[in-house]
Amino acid sequence: MLKKKPAACFVDNKYCPGCGHGIINRLVAEVLEEMGIYEESIGAIAVGCASLMPETFAVDCIQAQHGRAAAVAAGIKRCRPDKTVFTYQGDGDALAIGFSETMYSAIRNENITVIFVNNSNFGMTGGQMAPTTLENQKTTTTPRGRNIAETGDPLNVINMMKDLNTAYIARGSLTNNANIMKTKKYIRNAFEAQQNSEGFSFIEILSPCTTNWKMDPIKAMEHIEKNVTPVYELGVFVERGEKNA
Amino acid sequence: MEKQLMKGNEAIAEAVVRAGCKFFAGYPITPQSEILEYLSWRLPEVGGNFVQSESELAGISMVYGAAAAGFRAMTSSSGPGYSLLQEGISYIASAELPCLIINVMRYGSGLGDIFVGQSDYWQAVKNGGHGDYRSIVYAPASVKEASDLVVFGFDKAEEYRNPVTLLSDASISQMMEPVELPEMQEHNPDKFEWSLKGKGEGKARSITSVMYFQEDYDNYIAAKYKNIEKNEQLWEEIETEDAEIILVSYGITSRICNEAVELAREEGIKVGLLRPISLYPYPVRAFQKQKNVKAYISVEMTALAQMAEDVALACKMKQPVYSLAGGMEIFEASDVCNKIKEVIDGKAKEVF
Repeated sequence: MLKKKPAACFVDNKYCPGCGHGIINRLVAEVLEEMGIYEESIGAIAVGCASLMPETFAVDCIQAQHGRAAAVAAGIKRCRPDKTVFTYQGDGDALAIGFSETMYSAIRNENITVIFVNNSNFGMTGGQMAPTTLENQKTTTTPRGRNIAETGDPLNVINMMKDLNTAYIARGSLTNNANIMKTKKYIRNAFEAQQNSEGFSFIEILSPCTTNWKMDPIKAMEHIEKNVTPVYELGVFVERGEKNA
Repeated sequence: MEKQLMKGNEAIAEAVVRAGCKFFAGYPITPQSEILEYLSWRLPEVGGNFVQSESELAGISMVYGAAAAGFRAMTSSSGPGYSLLQEGISYIASAELPCLIINVMRYGSGLGDIFVGQSDYWQAVKNGGHGDYRSIVYAPASVKEASDLVVFGFDKAEEYRNPVTLLSDASISQMMEPVELPEMQEHNPDKFEWSLKGKGEGKARSITSVMYFQEDYDNYIAAKYKNIEKNEQLWEEIETEDAEIILVSYGITSRICNEAVELAREEGIKVGLLRPISLYPYPVRAFQKQKNVKAYISVEMTALAQMAEDVALACKMKQPVYSLAGGMEIFEASDVCNKIKEVIDGKAKEVF
């Protein structure tokens, strides 16, 4: 099958070679285009590596404050309920400084879609510990490896969210074609849940950060398979399929 | 429209609705909470959105989103809550979006207290947030003026694509006074080319700091605020024509000064009152036109005489500037008169 690049990806992205953001941007673009909602979509884009997205991703978008993307998106969606509104955030953004805004958007069951990229570190600022950083993982602020006696455990946010009244929650990864296609399906389900006014949808994506992990792209994918996925289980955790509004 | 008796905060909230605002997100804090409570039932009546947010940080972030979508949007807070709004205000200003922020001032730093004060002057007028921006700031001295400035504030916010702050205080917001409410108006969020609505077949919009794409940004942003400073000064003068001593005072404190002017005039002292209505831009033109003035007294409910700095700048320090300051003890007209006499007798100390 010959595949055309989605129109939203109108120029090449600016992420590091081997970074997962490029794949995820492309998946979001493909889903929005295939659903015919690309021209009607509005994105609230996080601070961090995500902030490179507006330059290369052609939908209406707003640069949110660090951590506040879900609140910004909620403000937009409540004013324009007919538009598709999503956030695009990393783990430092959504789970450290923005934990409250992320969780409360889920608690209020805001009819928005959160695309949450988990690469287990603060990428843009040079690879510091994030809430998702694995036990013993070396980062620039855990040079001897993350000591969970001091920092607490890696944060599995889906475990905290799945008992809330939300519409759709899933976690995918990018380690091979099958996982990429599964992740795309999750993203589509999430946007469909929003279209059906089912409420809050949240897709976590395990993604490589080759630069800060200091791994080549293939090693990084192996690392996710071997070390990240056992901590952050893949799959669909909430699927309501009911109209909420 | 008939006059009715209304509490300041409720008149402000009703004026918000009548200005065509369809989005409020905020958090409870005294003495601001009646705005939140009123809008919780009133906004849904007109098809608007009310959100009680989990924090002021989230509230202003939702306002940022709603404003970017082209809607008239606002939040209100007080004291420590107002501090939490500053991050969002800086972002909103950087992206050149219009919105209205209401600060019902209470007294003190930290937790402070819920009674009236004017100690947020520096934060509201000089920039509470980071970077090069200003918020246009209006200070009402009556319930009616508060309600009028809500509508005026939204208009100015859109004219300049800039946040506007209504700097009320616990007295103005909690007192009841007759008010003639503004007419109901509708606002069309699609009338702005820039508002987020989905790109359609056009070019994708990006709401972010304009410094990323504005050519010659430094000069552009400086000129924007110079223009506001030139065109948007607002003030009221009472008996300044022949005044040798001019009280400078805003908000609830200016009403104490009103009475002081009367009392002093009865004793034959030539006193006037200059009441800034816009605190940014500060009404420097009002100072430049004074012919007979020999001294200014900045009268304000702050311990540190915050506004006195602007008085000194506005008169270019050609006249001595004195201050009657304090907030734990609320001064009366007679205290103001005593200060005037101290100044005349050469017993008062200049601020600078």
